[in-house]
Amino acid sequence: MALNFDQALEKYEPTLGLEVHVELNTHSKMFCGCATEFGAEPNTQTCPVCLGLPGALPAVNGKAIESTILIGLALNCSIAPYSRFARKNYFYPDMPKNFQTSQYDEPICINGYLDVEIDTEEGKKTFRVEIERVHMEEDTGKSLHVGGSTGRIHGAEYSLLDYNRAGIPLVEIVTKMIPGTDKYAPQVARAYVTELRDILRSLGVSDVKMEQGSLRCDANVSLSPRGSGILGTRSETKNVNSLRSVERAIFGEIERQATRLESGERIIQETRHFLEESGLTRAGRSKEQAEDYRYFPEPDLVPVTPSAEWVEELRATLPEKPSTRRKRLQEAWAVPDKEMTSLINAELLDVVEETVNLGADPSKARSWWLGEISRLANEKDVSATSLVTASQVAEIIALISSGELTDKLARQVVEGVVNGEGTPREVIDARGLKVVSDDSALMAAIESAIAAQPDTAERVRGGNIPAAGALIGAVMKATGGQADAAKVRELLLKHLGQA
Amino acid sequence: MAAISREEVANLARLARIEMTDVELDHLATEMDVILGAVARVQEVAGAEVPPTSHPLPLTNVFRADVVTPSLTPEEALSGAPAKADQRFKVPQILGDAE
Amino acid sequence: MIHATAAQMAHALSAGEITSVTLTEQHLDRISQVDDEVHAFLHIDREGALEQAATIDAKRSAGEKLSPLAGVPLALKDVMTQKGIPTTCGSKMLEGWRPPYDSTVVTKLKSAGIVILGKTNMDEFAMGSSTENSAYGPTHNPWDLSRIPGGSGGGSAAALASFQAPLAIGTDTGGSIRQPAAVTGTVGVKPTYGGVSRYGLVAFSSSLDQAGPCARTVLDAALLHEAIAGYDPKDSTSINAPVPQVVAAAKKLDIKGLKIGVVKELSGAGYQQGVREKFEESLEELVKAGAEIVEVSCPNFDYALAAYYLIAPSECSSNLARFDSMRYGIRVGDDGNRGAEEVMNLTREVGFGREVKRRIILGTYALSSGYYDAYYGSAQKVRTLISRDFESAFTKADVLVSPTAPTTAFKIGEKSDDPLAMYLNDIATIPVNMAGIGGMSLPCGLAPEDGLPVGFQIMSPAMKDDLMYQVGGVLEAALLEKWGQPLLASSPSFGAI
Ligand SMILES: [Mg+2]
Ligand SMILES: [Zn+2]
Repeated sequence: MALNFDQALEKYEPTLGLEVHVELNTHSKMFCGCATEFGAEPNTQTCPVCLGLPGALPAVNGKAIESTILIGLALNCSIAPYSRFARKNYFYPDMPKNFQTSQYDEPICINGYLDVEIDTEEGKKTFRVEIERVHMEEDTGKSLHVGGSTGRIHGAEYSLLDYNRAGIPLVEIVTKMIPGTDKYAPQVARAYVTELRDILRSLGVSDVKMEQGSLRCDANVSLSPRGSGILGTRSETKNVNSLRSVERAIFGEIERQATRLESGERIIQETRHFLEESGLTRAGRSKEQAEDYRYFPEPDLVPVTPSAEWVEELRATLPEKPSTRRKRLQEAWAVPDKEMTSLINAELLDVVEETVNLGADPSKARSWWLGEISRLANEKDVSATSLVTASQVAEIIALISSGELTDKLARQVVEGVVNGEGTPREVIDARGLKVVSDDSALMAAIESAIAAQPDTAERVRGGNIPAAGALIGAVMKATGGQADAAKVRELLLKHLGQA
Repeated sequence: MAAISREEVANLARLARIEMTDVELDHLATEMDVILGAVARVQEVAGAEVPPTSHPLPLTNVFRADVVTPSLTPEEALSGAPAKADQRFKVPQILGDAE
Repeated sequence: MIHATAAQMAHALSAGEITSVTLTEQHLDRISQVDDEVHAFLHIDREGALEQAATIDAKRSAGEKLSPLAGVPLALKDVMTQKGIPTTCGSKMLEGWRPPYDSTVVTKLKSAGIVILGKTNMDEFAMGSSTENSAYGPTHNPWDLSRIPGGSGGGSAAALASFQAPLAIGTDTGGSIRQPAAVTGTVGVKPTYGGVSRYGLVAFSSSLDQAGPCARTVLDAALLHEAIAGYDPKDSTSINAPVPQVVAAAKKLDIKGLKIGVVKELSGAGYQQGVREKFEESLEELVKAGAEIVEVSCPNFDYALAAYYLIAPSECSSNLARFDSMRYGIRVGDDGNRGAEEVMNLTREVGFGREVKRRIILGTYALSSGYYDAYYGSAQKVRTLISRDFESAFTKADVLVSPTAPTTAFKIGEKSDDPLAMYLNDIATIPVNMAGIGGMSLPCGLAPEDGLPVGFQIMSPAMKDDLMYQVGGVLEAALLEKWGQPLLASSPSFGAI
């Protein structure tokens, strides 16, 4: 009988483990000077080192070490005074040397933690995710499977290898077992990866684009019968390439494992692949015999022994923690929780802050980005930040405050900028989107309105100020919305002797 | 006593990705016995207090600057390939998953 | 002038007595005359060599300042990459492979104007002590063609001993420069680990491999040493310090007051009678020259061979994993139905020879879980003990000495079925690699019982390579005076000088 998530949680407690691989955004690769540009023509960013040609030797990119130490520090890790590279030996065609230069029992950073906050039924709750290690390694090449069903390994006739990605510095961040998340396991996992991503972004060490593979997550899940204290066999799900998928994969894996256990089957320690379409996982090819990686210290490289001074220098450069920053901004902008969450989920916090820093009013900046711009972005199925820049939005907001634009006109300006009609100023000029501020033009419209509604005008003259609304509306209509309503009101009341 | 069985050698050959016939495996198992018998004496001398040496010189922290240097041309990169297509290395179908 | 020393050739070139093209042609002619018998070369780059020689000649006539060895020919061990030139490492696996890049040693040779004649034969991937493990057939010892020229660098040593080249490059992981030098009556030097870049040296055992000069005289070796040595940012294990002044040391011809330590464990039982005799005679020459002989003991050397045959195979099992037919080299069994893994397995079955497979399997075993500590781990500890032995010995002596190899050259085929007997050839050379220090072999006479060359080994502390050149220079000069001619002059078939 298939168990759903709630049923699964009634009987079992999940334990999580997360391994995140992050490609660093160094200019050159981990062990050679090849460029790391994403999307370059195949095999144009390769050399004897990253192709594993006979005789080639690795040389460590110092920037990558620095980035790894920064990551460790941001994750509250101890930085090992002595660490070493090791060779992880196994054969795979996308790995040029048939060993991965990685780290084994002597990683650069150990024993850290990251606190993540999630919404629970009892309100906000913080979970501490303990970090076991942060170590350096190198990425593999990419294979393209040709023939059979396209892109799939199975049924392919042959494979084509591109080693541009081979040797890009990779940092692996491994958590300890995370117990006690209970039904919040999927959310905790997502919150962890999100927080980690924000930290990495704030450090500027990676592009952290899950869709391009510069941040990849493997999720380990095991279940233990409630109260038994016996940890079950874990599965490791790979290929989880969005934040939402992290959550879904764990959700699905809890259901799958519980269902298996319920029907008396055992969980196999295996690698599983997340299927984006269904949210399910499928088994990887089970290995009939266990791999033996035969780790040993990499003889071509020397130990990394960061001095305490260097580590402290790096610690001093750590940026504000994203969680601290969020709290600070929320307070400064006086944003309600819900809207803050929307901003964060929409990944608009950075751009809103930038817009505010350019002089815009926080609430205006938020409402433009979260409102009109996000709406346009949704329509076009792109990110809001790809449509307009913070400085353009700040400029538009400034034009509204100075009365040069109305909200309605401003929306047209945004539309123009998005359509590539130029800068806000150019759009205003080209489309002739000027607020009618010429008093004589407005006075003409006011006089026509009074002439058309003499009774209303009389009531206003008699002191019934709210009645002026009908006249103002008529003026606005007559000027096609390009008049500043406040200005119209001021002129009208003055004209009727009420100012 | 045989230190190593034919099955063990077969497993080592699998790990090392070398196809071996039964005759080769038998032969190698015998040779391995002799060699391992001779080299096992390394266990006799060094106690727990002796640190291992993996590198002859005590160098540390050798780093290069994060600077892009010219790569090979794709023609050079692929010059030794037994087979190629679409500027990529063409290899037999890959079964089994990556790590 | 093929029988001259490299230093003499360099002198003649700079004096305008001969052009590099003529000198190169003379060597190419010699190669075509004798190499059918010796089989020192796997590839001759006639055109490239002559072109390079012509370039040097042109530069010289234009009055450009040239390096000391500019225009002198050299033979390159086939384990070093040279752009566009076949590099096989003596293995079928790399048949037809032409690397798209130069090793750092080749870059330095080229910029020094040294003319590369071609690639020399070797035991497959440098695993062996006889050059019988080459997939392209054995090299023959010029002193007696039925005998081995040593290994793995038998091709380079034989090329020197048969006057096909005055200089050669070798690589030494457990004695592959020194032992061939010993059995061919030539000079071979393993510099301090990290003294010469390993970039482009196809790795056998990364923590032990070291390239070095092969020559017919100590001075020639020193000149070549200075041409190829030095820090290389492409090799993270290379030493970032000035190269020892080995040429000056070789020319010093003075060892008065120097203490020379005879390593007790590297002589005696297991060493051929004639080898011991010649070694003793050489010690007398050193005493005559004013050195003090002391005996030192390095008890852990008894474990060096065992540790070596765990460390080197372990590293090689990983280093040679890249030969999988995906990116370069031969591919076997790709019939469109087989998967990549199966093709890898078949290629590695066919591409590797027996000794290579033996070592890969041994190394795979030594590194595998459950055995790592007992084998690889213990071997690394032995390595520490060997280094400590050297450290303490070097407090008693400036350099250490021993015979280079326990025997003179044996017959081709004599030991090929007995790996352990074969491994014993390197018993005296291996400790040097384990500790990463410098080692030199130079000829010290002919064993009376077989008339074959005996090698004398000098070991100097790390980064003090100049010391072994200083002692080597003195011993060479003393022996030359005693013999009245170079040892190679008495080589029966190829020695006529
Ligand atoms: Mg990893
Ligand atoms: Zn590269």
